[in-house]
Amino acid sequence: MTNLDSKIPEGPLAQKWTNYKAKQNLVNPANKRKIDVIVVGTGLAGGAAAASLGELGFNVKVFCIQDSPRRAHSIAAQGGINAAKNYPNDGDSIYRLFYDTVKGGDYRAREANVYRLAEVSNEIIDQCVAQGVPFAREYGGLLDNRSFGGALVSRTFYARGQTGQQLLLGAYSSLSKEISKGSVKLYTRREMLDLVKVDGRARGIIVRNLVTGELERHAAHAVLIATGGYGNVFFLSTNAMTSNGSAAWRAFKRGALFADPSFVQIHPTCIPVHGDYQSKLTLMSESLRNDGRIWVPKKKEDAEKIQKGELKPTVIAEEDRDYYLERRYPAFGNLVPRDVASRAAKERCDAGHGVGSTGLAVYLDFKDAIKRLGKNVIEARYGNLFQMYEKIVDENPYETPMMIYPAIHYTMGGVWVDYELQSTIPGLFVGGEANFSDHGANRLGASALMQGLSDGYFVLPYTMQNNLADQINVPRFDTNSPEFEKTEKEVQERIDKLFAVKGKKTVDSIHRRLGLIMWDHVGMSRNAEGLKKAIKEIKELRKEFWTDVKVPGEKTGMNVELEKALRLADFLELGELMAMDALDRNESCGGHFREEYQTEEGEAMRDDKNFMFVSAWEYQGDDKEPKLNKEPLVYENIEVKQRNYKTA
Amino acid sequence: MDLKLKIWRQAAQDAPGKFVMYPIQNISSEASFLEMLDILNEQLVAKGEDPVAFDHDCREGICGMCSLFINGKPHGPDAAITTCQLHMRRFNDGDTIVIEPWRAKPFPVIKDLMVDRTAFDEIIQAGGFVSVNTGGVPDANAIPIKKRNADLAMDAASCIGCGACVAACKNASAMLFVSAKVSQFALLPQGKVEAKERVQKMVAKMDDLGFGNCTNTYACEAECPKEISVTNIARMNREFLCAKVS
Ligand SMILES: Cc1cc2nc3c(=O)[nH]c(=O)nc-3n(C[C@H](O)[C@H](O)[C@H](O)COP(=O)(O)OP(=O)(O)OC[C@H]3O[C@@H](n4cnc5c(N)ncnc54)[C@H](O)[C@@H]3O)c2cc1C
Ligand code: FES
Repeated sequence: MTNLDSKIPEGPLAQKWTNYKAKQNLVNPANKRKIDVIVVGTGLAGGAAAASLGELGFNVKVFCIQDSPRRAHSIAAQGGINAAKNYPNDGDSIYRLFYDTVKGGDYRAREANVYRLAEVSNEIIDQCVAQGVPFAREYGGLLDNRSFGGALVSRTFYARGQTGQQLLLGAYSSLSKEISKGSVKLYTRREMLDLVKVDGRARGIIVRNLVTGELERHAAHAVLIATGGYGNVFFLSTNAMTSNGSAAWRAFKRGALFADPSFVQIHPTCIPVHGDYQSKLTLMSESLRNDGRIWVPKKKEDAEKIQKGELKPTVIAEEDRDYYLERRYPAFGNLVPRDVASRAAKERCDAGHGVGSTGLAVYLDFKDAIKRLGKNVIEARYGNLFQMYEKIVDENPYETPMMIYPAIHYTMGGVWVDYELQSTIPGLFVGGEANFSDHGANRLGASALMQGLSDGYFVLPYTMQNNLADQINVPRFDTNSPEFEKTEKEVQERIDKLFAVKGKKTVDSIHRRLGLIMWDHVGMSRNAEGLKKAIKEIKELRKEFWTDVKVPGEKTGMNVELEKALRLADFLELGELMAMDALDRNESCGGHFREEYQTEEGEAMRDDKNFMFVSAWEYQGDDKEPKLNKEPLVYENIEVKQRNYKTA
Repeated sequence: MDLKLKIWRQAAQDAPGKFVMYPIQNISSEASFLEMLDILNEQLVAKGEDPVAFDHDCREGICGMCSLFINGKPHGPDAAITTCQLHMRRFNDGDTIVIEPWRAKPFPVIKDLMVDRTAFDEIIQAGGFVSVNTGGVPDANAIPIKKRNADLAMDAASCIGCGACVAACKNASAMLFVSAKVSQFALLPQGKVEAKERVQKMVAKMDDLGFGNCTNTYACEAECPKEISVTNIARMNREFLCAKVS
C-alpha cells in the first residue's frame, strides 16, 4: 500500500499556507537557471505556471496540442471566476468561500487545500486586472460581480460571457512575455504520450510532434502536468474536441495514483442533443440561471403535445407550469448546485414531463426577467449566449424559452496530489482540472477558473521551488539514457500495434459507443447492476478496439486518426476505472448519485461513516485489478452536515 | 441533403496541392458544417482513404482554431460566426461547396486545410502584453476604469486570433489583429506605461513576418467572426504616430 501523505502543514487552518511559505526552501537566482522544468498544457493552470516559473528564472519548456497556447480549452469558459473580495459588501469572506466550496463538494475535498484556494482567490483578481484583463465594470469604474449556483453572495467576476477567454489571454500574454525573454520555450502541436522516470523520479516526457509524426524526448528536473479534464471519455461533452485524459492516465500507469475517478460533473444548462452525428455539446453558461426560470409543463399531456410539435410553450398558462427547482428548493431556487439541478431535470424528464422533440429537455425561461428588467438589460447580460443559442437551435430565446438538458462538463477526479500538488511520483506535479484536489464530489460554478489560476500563479511556483531546492547539483539529463530509450520504444510499439490491427471500425464509431455505455451507467445516476454491466461492456469494447479498429494513413506526418486512436485507447481503460470507483462508493455524494442510496424524496444520501475518504487507485499491471488506497478526510474547521438547499 | 464538396488536398507544406471532388449524401440540415466534414472523413476512413485534415477544437466559436475558406469567404457565407458555428441549414440540396485553406504567405499550409499561424504568436511575443510579473500588484479596485473604456477594451479583446482578417485581405495584412491588441491596452491605464514601445515593436514584427500593408478596403472587418471594428486600426495608427513623434 502506498503511503498517502497529504503533507498538510501544521498550524491553524488560516495560518497553514502562510506558515508553509515562511518555511519553504528557496532556490537562489543563479541556480534557478540551471534547473529545467517541463510544463505540459497551456490552459489556465499550465499557462500561468509556465509564465510564473519563467519569471522566477527557471528554464521552462511548455507543450500544447493546439497550434497556439491561446487556444487551450480554458478559452471556452463563459460565466466567471470566484473570489472572496466582498466588494458588494454582502457578507462574503475567505471563510465563506471556503465553506461554500467544501459544502458544494459534499464534504469530499481536503480542507487545507480548499482554504488555500479561497485565500489566494483575491490575489488572482488583482493579478488579472494588472495584466489588463477587461473585467466587467460598473458605472463608477469599479469591478462588477454576479452570483452563481451554490452561493448566497455575489462573488463572481466576469468578462461578458467570455471570462475564460480573457483570463486565458491574460496568462497567454504573460507567457508570451517570458517566451520573448527566452526563459520559456514553447512547443506547439505536440502531444505527451508518456512520462519518463529515472530512479523513481519524473525526469522527462515523450511527445509526438503532430505535424511530422516524430517522437521526441524532453528531459527536466521536474514535470508539471496541466492537461485538463477527461470528460471526453463520454464522447459527447462540453469539452473541446482534443481534450483528453492521456497525460494523466500515462502518469497513472507509471505509478501516480488516480483519485476519485468517478467524480464527474454534469452541467444542467447545455443545449440538448439533436442527432447521432453530433460531435460535441454546447454549454449555456450557468449565469443564465440568475435570471432564467426553469420549468416543465405540469400536465403530461401538454409535454407530449410539445414533443410532437403540436403545442408551443408560450401558450401554456402560468398555473400549468411546474417551476420544479423553486418548488423543491425554496431557499436556492434556480440557483441550486449543478448536481442537484441536473438530477432534478432528469427526474422530470424520466417522469414524462420533458420537452423538445426527444422529451429530453426542460425550459429556461426569460419572460419574467425581460418583463422586470427590460430586453436591453437581458441583452447586455447574456447577448452573446442568446446569439449562440439561436445559431445552433434556430429559435429566438427572447421570444421562446430556451431548451436545456444536462451534459458532461467537468471532472473533479484526477491525479492524486498532496498539499504541494505533487503526485506520488516525486518530481511529478499536477495542476488544474487534471488533479483531483479542491472540488470534492461536485464543483461550484466559477471555481475551476479560480483553481486553475490559483495552482498556476500562486501555488505551484512556491511548491515546485520547495521541491527543486535539493536538485541544484543534479546535472541536466541526457535523453539518450536507457530510461528515455526504453520509454520511447514502448510508445513506438503502442503506435505500431494500432496500425497493425487493420480492422474495419473507425475510431469515432467505437468512441461513440464507449460514450453511450458511460452515459447510461456511469453518468447522472448509477446503480450497482448498471456499473457491473458497464465494466463488462467496456472490457469487451476495449477488446474490439484492439482487434478491429482502423487507423489509416502513415506513421509519419500529420495523422489525426492516429491521434484520436491513442486518446481513445486510454479512455477505454480510464472509463473502466471510473465505473469501478463508482461501484466501490456505496453512497451518494455530489455528482456521484447511486440510486440505492437516496431518501424517499429522492435526495442524495451520503455515508460519512464509511466513505469520508478520497479513493486513490494504484496501477498494478495491465492484467491486474488496480488497488484502492484511501486518504481519510478530516474536518476540523467545518461542521459536516447533510447538504440542504431547501432552507438557507 | 446531397452535396458536392470541392476540397483542397495538399499532403504537406512543400507538396503540390489540388482540388478533389467528393460527393456526399443525406446530410441533415441540423448538422454543423464541421460535423458534415466529420461524416465525410468517417466515410473516407472506412474506405481506407486519407481523411481531410482541418483545424478545430472548441466547436463553439471561441478558440479560433477552425478556419476554412468556404465558397470564397473566410468562415463561410454568414457574418459574425466562425466555421464551427456554421450550420448546414444555410445550404441547399444539390449545392457544390468549395472548401479551401486560408491563403496568405505568412500562413503556410501544413496539410490540406490546416495552416500554420505561429506568426500571430510571434507578434504577441513582440509586445502584446503588460510587463507585470506574478504577485505584488495593487488591489483590483485601486484603479477605477470608466465603464465605456472597459467595454471598448473588451470589444477589442474579443479577438480570437483565427486569422480570417488576414485571409480576407488582398494584401494579407494583419492590421486588424494587431490593432485589436494594441487598442485593448491603449484603452486601459494598465497598458499606458508601455504603449509607445508596444505599438512600435508589434508593427515592426508584423512587417518582418511578411504581412502586407493596409489599404483600407475593410474586408477584414466584414469577415471578422467577432466583428472587431476597423476603428481599432485608426486608434493604432494614432498610437503609432504619437510613438514616433514623442
Ligand atoms: C464550456 C465550458 C465552460 C466553462 N465555464 C466555466 C466558468 O464559467 N467558470 C469556471 O470556473 N470554469 C468553467 N469551466 C471549467 C474550466 O474552463 C476548466 O476546468 C479549466 O479551464 C481547465 O483548465 P486547465 O488549465 O486545467 O486545462 P485546459 O484549459 O483544458 O488546458 C489543457 C492544456 O493541456 C494541453 N494538453 C492536453 N493533453 C495534452 C497532452 N497529452 N500533451 C500535451 N498537451 C496536452 C492542451 O493543449 C491545453 O493546452 C468551463 C468548462 C467548459 C467546458
Ligand atoms: S473550433 Fe474553436 S472557434 Fe471554431
